[in-house]
Amino acid sequence: MTTAVTTDLLRLAPVLTLGLMVVPVAAGLAGTLAPALKNGGAGFAALADWPGLARAVALSLGTGLGSTLLSLLLTIAILAAFAGRPVFDRLRRLIAPLLSVPHAAAALGLAFLIAPSGWIARLISPELTGWQSPPDLLILNDPLGLSLTLGLVAKELPFLLLMALVALPQTGADQRLPVAATLGYGRIAGFVLTTLPALYAQLRLPVYAVLAYAMTTVDMAMILGPTLPPTLSVQVVLWMSEASLASRDIAAAAACLQFALVIAALALWRGAEALAARALTATAFHGRRLTGLDRPTATLALTATAVTAGSLGAGLAGLALWSVAGQWQFPDALPASLTMRHWVDSLPVLADTLSQTLIVGLAATLAALVLTIACLRAESTHHLRPGPRALALLYLPLLVPQIAFLPGLQVLAARTGMQGTLATVALAHLVFVLPYVFLSLCGPWRAWDGRIATAAATMGASESRIFWHLRLPMMAGPVLTAGAVGLAVSVGQYLPTLLIGGGRVETLTTEAVALSSGGNRRLIGAHAMLQLAIPALAFGIALAVPAMLWRNRRQMRGIA
Amino acid sequence: MTGPLDLQSLCIDLGPRRLVDLTLTIRAGEIVTIMGPSGAGKSTLLGALTGTLPAGFALSGRVRLDGTDITDLPTRSRGLGLLFQDAVLFPHLSVGGNLGFALPARIRGRAERQARIDAALASAGLAGFAPRDPATLSGGQRARAALLRTLLAEPRALLLDEPFARLDADLRAQIRRFTFDRARQAGLPVLLVTHDPEDAEAAGGPVLSPLGENLRPAAKGAARHRDRAAD
Repeated sequence: MTTAVTTDLLRLAPVLTLGLMVVPVAAGLAGTLAPALKNGGAGFAALADWPGLARAVALSLGTGLGSTLLSLLLTIAILAAFAGRPVFDRLRRLIAPLLSVPHAAAALGLAFLIAPSGWIARLISPELTGWQSPPDLLILNDPLGLSLTLGLVAKELPFLLLMALVALPQTGADQRLPVAATLGYGRIAGFVLTTLPALYAQLRLPVYAVLAYAMTTVDMAMILGPTLPPTLSVQVVLWMSEASLASRDIAAAAACLQFALVIAALALWRGAEALAARALTATAFHGRRLTGLDRPTATLALTATAVTAGSLGAGLAGLALWSVAGQWQFPDALPASLTMRHWVDSLPVLADTLSQTLIVGLAATLAALVLTIACLRAESTHHLRPGPRALALLYLPLLVPQIAFLPGLQVLAARTGMQGTLATVALAHLVFVLPYVFLSLCGPWRAWDGRIATAAATMGASESRIFWHLRLPMMAGPVLTAGAVGLAVSVGQYLPTLLIGGGRVETLTTEAVALSSGGNRRLIGAHAMLQLAIPALAFGIALAVPAMLWRNRRQMRGIA
Repeated sequence: MTGPLDLQSLCIDLGPRRLVDLTLTIRAGEIVTIMGPSGAGKSTLLGALTGTLPAGFALSGRVRLDGTDITDLPTRSRGLGLLFQDAVLFPHLSVGGNLGFALPARIRGRAERQARIDAALASAGLAGFAPRDPATLSGGQRARAALLRTLLAEPRALLLDEPFARLDADLRAQIRRFTFDRARQAGLPVLLVTHDPEDAEAAGGPVLSPLGENLRPAAKGAARHRDRAAD
């Protein structure tokens, strides 16, 4: 009886999981569209009259397409120049830490680094510049969105690299690259002509997700992006925070427009893919070996990596320093003294914010892990194999911009009285945590040696015994890693917390972004450090626990 | 001693192609060898016997063990022990933990279970190996531990899926003798699947192709020839 119930629940798991991602997105989109269309589309009319519209649209397209293209080209350059070389292992080790930095923390770090009163200005002042006080320059929040683009690349490059590394072994690169090399092709040409097409086929969805995110990010654009006008997404949030109903209708109309922009950009990208594929085939036909590309590309890739990783690292180090800085006046490169006073003073507030962040994050992550494992179990028990459509649905919350469906979801949450509770916020986070947890865990889970299950079954072990005693313990490392990924995603969420939390749920990220305009760098630093500490701790646990469990199990090491 | 393993008109088809067609009885203590090149339906046969046949294969006929029809039973209820080409020891458990996993739950008490495990290990020249990490065992030790694990689960018949193929030549004969001796001692019907004529010869029993052709006594030459062709 109990087994029958369990199997039925298992069979439901994939449906439930996909539903948890599809329903909020669909309901939210409907909820956004409705106010935009009412009163004969008054919202759209008012939006059309807004003088900043053209510029906000251009910024959204420009920063989104620019940062995505840059990130993708750098990903290809790094893989082509370094795959299989010793330096690659060192680059590879940078990915996870860079990836686990929440977007807002990364943006705050960069902001401190490049601001007129920031660290770079301090290091070269007054010796090189003669500045005795911060210059009146728009480096940060520059009108072209260059600092926003840099920030986006710093966060997207590690993500695309990781996705590419996961896909690379399935492309047959280890055979194709030597073949190209023995035919006399340079590394770059060989990679692009023989391996990239197969790789890109698997990288397509992540690239689309990156493009949709980059065009519509709110937290990074609030910290690094232009103002007056800001990007369209930021303007949506500004309108939503105004009390009047009219401005809410404009916000809804702008959110719809933003969604249409993303679809248009994706279509444009798709067209460019086709052109690039034709160019590639034509180039391959001419048989030029292009060995001259190798050296400049390698230099470029290494420089770009150093700049992005270095600026992120330096920015975060600066924030850490700020959180313990005593007196730190402008041209000084370092603070005059160090103190823990700000930490002690703000401890009660920080502790409250930290606990809300952790409750929401752990709840969403735990739910995502249970659902993901149930889905994967159903897969093997009922011999289900998710098709490409199910996979696309998994990416749905990553492809449909948050700014397009969260406003509608907020309206629904407010009407049903569910707005502003920790549980609702955790549920909203789950929509975004689930895809990442699933993508992180499904590879190692499916790679498990099925003969172990057969061997155990011939010894009389039941399905549940095989699961609890063999598969789950052997998957301890991957499960903990997926959990750490989920927690990092949840900690980084800004818009869901802001909109669904309705101001009553405050996490480290919403607080840090709210503080960013104020200029209290010590408090910003403290929040950013805690934002970093949670994923770092989670990834630390994901490394330490398997190492401890398997210290006497040689074959288990390296399964993470 | 247990009853015989009966394959009654056991046929497996993949689309229009017949892979397996067998009617045979394996008595307790007897070893029947199914021999053929790879891709000839040997592993399909084992999948059908253990109940792990992938979707797409059509199965007809019956399998009886000791008089019970096991054709449609779940793998865990069939009472068939299985040895793979690799030992497939559970890498997260110790050697003793692997054996404990197989030991039936009705043997109760930590001390009693540990004693059974230790005795089994000692009987195979592996005394004191219980706390060891399976990954630190040599190929021969791993093969013996895998056989012990299979036998501790008290199967009523034994299936061998080319269990000697991965072993070095000198070790192969030794482990083969060890495995066959233990199976005969336990009085089990044994079905051996292999592409190696030496295995078939050492097993000493009937030798058949997956389609039921008798490969003995002319087995040696013919089988060798096929083997080469498969390579």
